[in-house]
Amino acid sequence: MSEQEQVWMCDNCNIPLQPDKVDVAYMGNAFPVELLKCPNCGLVFIPEDLALGKMVEVEKQLEDK
Amino acid sequence: MDQKELFALEQQCIQECAPPCTAACPVHVDVRAMLAETARGDFSAALKIYQKAVPFPNILSRICDQPCQNVCRRGEIEESIAIRALERAAVNHGELPEEKKRPMPKRSGDIAVIGGGISGLTVAYDLARKGYKITIYEAGNELGGGLWKADRDYLPAEVIREDVEVIYELGVEVDLNTLIDHIHLVELRNAFDAVYIAVGPHASENFELERDEYGVIKVDPITFETSMAGVFAGGGLLWGIEMHSSVTSISEGRRAGISIDRYLQKVSVTASRVNEGPYTSCLYTDISGISPRPLIQIGDPDFGYEWHEAIQEAKRCIQCECMECVKACEYLREFGRYPRRYVREIYNNLSIVKGTRYANTFINSCSLCGLCAEICPENLDMGAVTLKARQTMVVQNRMPASAHDFGLRDMQFSNSDKFLMVRNAPGATTSDYVLFPGCQLSASSPEHVERVYGDLRGQLPDNRVGLMLGCCGAPANWAGRPDLFESILSAWHTHLQAMGNPKVILPCSSCYQVFQKHLPDVEIISLWDFFDEHGLPTEATSANRTVSIHDPCSTRYESHLQDSIRRILRRLGYQIEELPRSRERTTCCSYGGMMWLANPNLAEKVVQKRIQEGEADYVTYCAMCRDNFAGQGKRTWHILDLIYNQGSDEHGSQRGPTYSQRHENRARLKRHLLTEIWGETMDGSQPYESIRLSIAEDVQAKLEQRLILVEDIQRVIEYAERTRRRLLNRQTGHYLAYYKPTTVTYWVEYMPAEDGFTIFNAYSHRMEVPGSGPS
Repeated sequence: MSEQEQVWMCDNCNIPLQPDKVDVAYMGNAFPVELLKCPNCGLVFIPEDLALGKMVEVEKQLEDK
Repeated sequence: MDQKELFALEQQCIQECAPPCTAACPVHVDVRAMLAETARGDFSAALKIYQKAVPFPNILSRICDQPCQNVCRRGEIEESIAIRALERAAVNHGELPEEKKRPMPKRSGDIAVIGGGISGLTVAYDLARKGYKITIYEAGNELGGGLWKADRDYLPAEVIREDVEVIYELGVEVDLNTLIDHIHLVELRNAFDAVYIAVGPHASENFELERDEYGVIKVDPITFETSMAGVFAGGGLLWGIEMHSSVTSISEGRRAGISIDRYLQKVSVTASRVNEGPYTSCLYTDISGISPRPLIQIGDPDFGYEWHEAIQEAKRCIQCECMECVKACEYLREFGRYPRRYVREIYNNLSIVKGTRYANTFINSCSLCGLCAEICPENLDMGAVTLKARQTMVVQNRMPASAHDFGLRDMQFSNSDKFLMVRNAPGATTSDYVLFPGCQLSASSPEHVERVYGDLRGQLPDNRVGLMLGCCGAPANWAGRPDLFESILSAWHTHLQAMGNPKVILPCSSCYQVFQKHLPDVEIISLWDFFDEHGLPTEATSANRTVSIHDPCSTRYESHLQDSIRRILRRLGYQIEELPRSRERTTCCSYGGMMWLANPNLAEKVVQKRIQEGEADYVTYCAMCRDNFAGQGKRTWHILDLIYNQGSDEHGSQRGPTYSQRHENRARLKRHLLTEIWGETMDGSQPYESIRLSIAEDVQAKLEQRLILVEDIQRVIEYAERTRRRLLNRQTGHYLAYYKPTTVTYWVEYMPAEDGFTIFNAYSHRMEVPGSGPS
């Protein structure tokens, strides 16, 4: 976990985020990914580099399947 | 696309047609490839190519009558390529690798060849290599036949003997000094499975076979079958002249060999035998830009070209090919192939059931501008092919969501209450005319739309001109969504009917194209034709400046419109320097077909190429062309800029508005017109719209590149602030929230400010994650 990630906390529940398996889905495919997540309300954190990097890549792969 | 359509499209692309030299060659030597190897100095590769078509390369490269030379395109500039001399150079300087000892196929059948000339030798060579048992009956005391009558200076005896040696190596039985008459022929026919007669021009009288009116043995011109079953004939005996054409004799031997093989295999002798002999090439090659290069003289005529001379001569070869569309279109060039291959890839892409569809991006990158069809000698329209492919992908539910989503949502915005508006002039219940400025002119220059509407009301009876704001539906068409497109068109149709079927005045040429093609019963006029006819709304100026015109691709076949623009420009005092590609050969600015969305990198190249084609500043009459060119640094005015005296350098260099500003401009235009002209107010704005944002310039640029709109950010903040579902950065105090209004999840990093919010970053993705709000 990067330093940058440790600074984010859930504002509403006022607790730190914790790594957890989260189901992400696209075009009818769902798969578990380890993300930071609020253990109480389930709010997740997707960092910019993940959204613009790996996620776009997988989106494209699924779109071309 | 079914297979039949695919084949028809493949046929339309002539890039793979053999070049004229190869087509004219009776044995179809791949001259172009052979000369390419020679030009690289690889004589062995050249020889390999030559020998593939010619069984006796040493002999033929000395005596070929080279019909190829008459059709060589270099010959239209100066002297044709010295093809035979280069073939001889390949033989002299190249070396064939030792033929690998591979097990000879064994086909069963005994074949008699009567006559040991070059035609008979070819049949023996070809069929022995297939494993047949061959016996040659030669009247003379040596193989070669008519070859022995050639000039010995050109064709020394040892060359004949050396080249013919291969016949013995193939295990062919040779009966010399054996003259065959008709009785022998009948005996041979009974003893062998097939017979080939190639006795040359003077020795065929003995055979009692059907003849033509000139006494020549009658053969089928495709199969070389005679009137006697299993007996074939070819070579000089059909022509009646000694040494008429050795390459034709080889060709006939080869073709007869194919017939004999098929005859013995008991398969159709006649099926699919096209272009076996010489034919006229279907390849088109533009030689207009080719500079002259004089023929390289042979230093030593007895030996032929030295290797360095041969390389120079081979470099004179034009390497004929078509590639006209690829040369003209950055998109077709980008993917590295040509339409014949592309249509096959599209077909495969559409047929895949499981696996990766590699051609998706290719299909969605075409601007549908029609330039390829205009340029192609066969008028193959890749735009029509890719558009149909997109429609199929949508039906198959295989269209990548990311390809056109942003463009379709932009269209949806334009046809929502935010911008959509249909009004007769204040107080009127019908209209004679209606201005339809389209979505992008309204987004780029809303002030011009207001002026044009005001001027039209001045130029025409005031209360007879109505106004329609919205998007014509072109993006739906480009996205392969005929259902959506039809519903938008039919809405326009209904509106126009309610207005009393007024004549639609169109400044945008994409709208013009849509109305003309898809609403044929609606009366339309381009604003430029209107101004040309009725006069300009402003005083003519005398700009005295030279500009180049970029005709929007949607005006390709609207010469009246292009003429109007040129007349208007002259009236305004501009001199015109035409671009090399204009009017029906104009190019797309990358907006067409939503290329800019599906393939931003390619779009940038397309714009770069176009803006480098002219030195002078550009004038165009499409808002997107203007913004795309100015956005990459080319000073470009919209014709309305010049009509309304805004032809300053700064104005021409100004970048277009951002995507968010485009929405805002449209919405404001509607609001303003409604208030000013109709005295109405707009209501029903969403709570999020009042959220004020402060966005630094570098963040704004990022948002633009990521296709994130101000309204997307407003929605995220509205949701996060209302529900408190947001993350807090303990170090910076920034909030981070995410929300999915429709299909895309947006993330916004922000902080409350005095009268709104400061935005630090935003990004998005399409994958769905939990907690992105109710959608």
